[in-house]
Amino acid sequence: MIEAQGLTKDYGDKRAVDGLTFTVRPGVVTGFLGPNGSGKSTTMRLILQLDAPTAGDVKVNGMHYRDHAAPLHEVGALLEARSVHTGRSAYNHLLALAQTQGIPKSRVAELIDLVGLHEVARKRAGQFSLGMGQRLGIATALLGNPQTVMLDEPVNGLDPEGILWMRHLLKDLAKEGRTVFVSSHLMSEMSLTADHLIVIGRGRVIADTSTEDFVRQASGNVVRVRSPEAARLVGLLAGPDVTFTELGPGLLDVQGLKAEQIGDVAAGNGIAIHELTPQQASLEDAFMDLTREDVEFKAHELEQEAVA
Amino acid sequence: MSAVAAHVGRVTQARVALSEWTKLRSVRSTRWSFFAAVVFAIGIAALACAVVAHHYPQMDPREKANFDALGVSLAGVQLAQLAIGVLGVLVITAEYSTGMIRASFTAVPKRLPVLWGKALVFAGVTAALMIPAALIAFFLGQAILSRHGIDIAFTHPGVARAVIGAGLYLVVVGLFALGLGAIVRNTAGGIALFAGIMFVLPPLMNVLPASWNDAASPYLPLAAGEAIMVISPGNSLSPWVGLGLFLLYALAAIAVAAVLLLRRDT
Repeated sequence: MIEAQGLTKDYGDKRAVDGLTFTVRPGVVTGFLGPNGSGKSTTMRLILQLDAPTAGDVKVNGMHYRDHAAPLHEVGALLEARSVHTGRSAYNHLLALAQTQGIPKSRVAELIDLVGLHEVARKRAGQFSLGMGQRLGIATALLGNPQTVMLDEPVNGLDPEGILWMRHLLKDLAKEGRTVFVSSHLMSEMSLTADHLIVIGRGRVIADTSTEDFVRQASGNVVRVRSPEAARLVGLLAGPDVTFTELGPGLLDVQGLKAEQIGDVAAGNGIAIHELTPQQASLEDAFMDLTREDVEFKAHELEQEAVA
Repeated sequence: MSAVAAHVGRVTQARVALSEWTKLRSVRSTRWSFFAAVVFAIGIAALACAVVAHHYPQMDPREKANFDALGVSLAGVQLAQLAIGVLGVLVITAEYSTGMIRASFTAVPKRLPVLWGKALVFAGVTAALMIPAALIAFFLGQAILSRHGIDIAFTHPGVARAVIGAGLYLVVVGLFALGLGAIVRNTAGGIALFAGIMFVLPPLMNVLPASWNDAASPYLPLAAGEAIMVISPGNSLSPWVGLGLFLLYALAAIAVAAVLLLRRDT
């Protein structure tokens, strides 16, 4: 469980995170979405108290992270930036972290096997590929068998097989009743993994909802209809909350009615229907809609900076 | 996820110290720096003693009268302190440059145990290696000098203190460097600050009026610390007062680092 209350962080005169209030619950995978630079990594650093907030507060499993007696047992984290000494082997890296709270060597070996780094465990971490580094980061996060798992862009650098593995891992962790908090700027990935979404842009929460609702709201109840008698159908369907968008001869989008309602009206009046498709906006579209303002604003700012 | 549930205990200072020991022994820079320090301490001593012994018959009486058999056999400490100082800085700054510090502070979010652990382990390892190295350098050097009968006995007043003190001096050098590195958090900056205070500041004192210079110079870290390694201090502080003052400098640097460690973002 992660609870943020009005979390705010300034770096100099730049506000990276702006009054974030949200709760991440156990038992589900919560996606933390936002474009690059929207404050996801900063938020995670604030949760771990690597950085101190300018205002607001955040607690993990009921306490400030720093006050936990066995921190790695509470939260396992994979941070965006690599956090490994390049000259140390994966094994010694994990061992050193494990020793801070009496985690046995057997657990280190177990995790090296789990993430598939067995063959390179004695190699210096500086020689690791992006994917191997990511796997080491995940082993680090799981070291203390933590109640809360927090991963910043975990699929970065993973091959397709690794991505699939990660997806299953996240779901399994949530199924075991853990709190799973995963950031990404890739909507498509989140739509496959996350049950719940917290969307941020420019350091603010824009949406905090289930993935299903997020997609449904975004798609706005639009049904695409193709019919040779489209004009007559429009006359029959017309109502106060119904709008039509003509896309071409005999092809239109109807907003405000369900596919079943349209089909029933057509059947009742003997109108032939060649296509009747509820339009589901992709998560990508929904996300773009939500954050467009923020991204545009940023682009505008950049232009102004360039002029100045 | 896993068949064996991880056995997890609390963070304790002893556990963090063990972790720091693992960190210290598992990177190459440690092995190389300690290897260099030991080789410098012993090798330079042997070399210097051999050169002096060879040259001794041609020395004029005044030179012979001023001959310092102890000092020659501890000549390697001058170079060893560079290796120890650089390593002391690296022990902490390498964590910042690689990002390891984020992992360290995630495991130990109270942070200070990490600093104490590093200081403790580094001081312990330096003492365990450099006190024996100083003893070997001394006995090897005296063995070479004894062929001309110009050696000095370990039992001579002040000699044992100076030789073992040389090892302790290197421990304090390491702690001072570690403290400075933790303040600056940057390898190049840390080494520059360390070298600046230790080796650049003393000659700069010459710009001061002579009386000021004479009054202040013995209290600089290098001069204070080196007092432990001579038999009879001239202008310098008495041996243990000097080393004690140097240790205070080191502890002050670590204390400042500790305050900053708690305040700064990582």
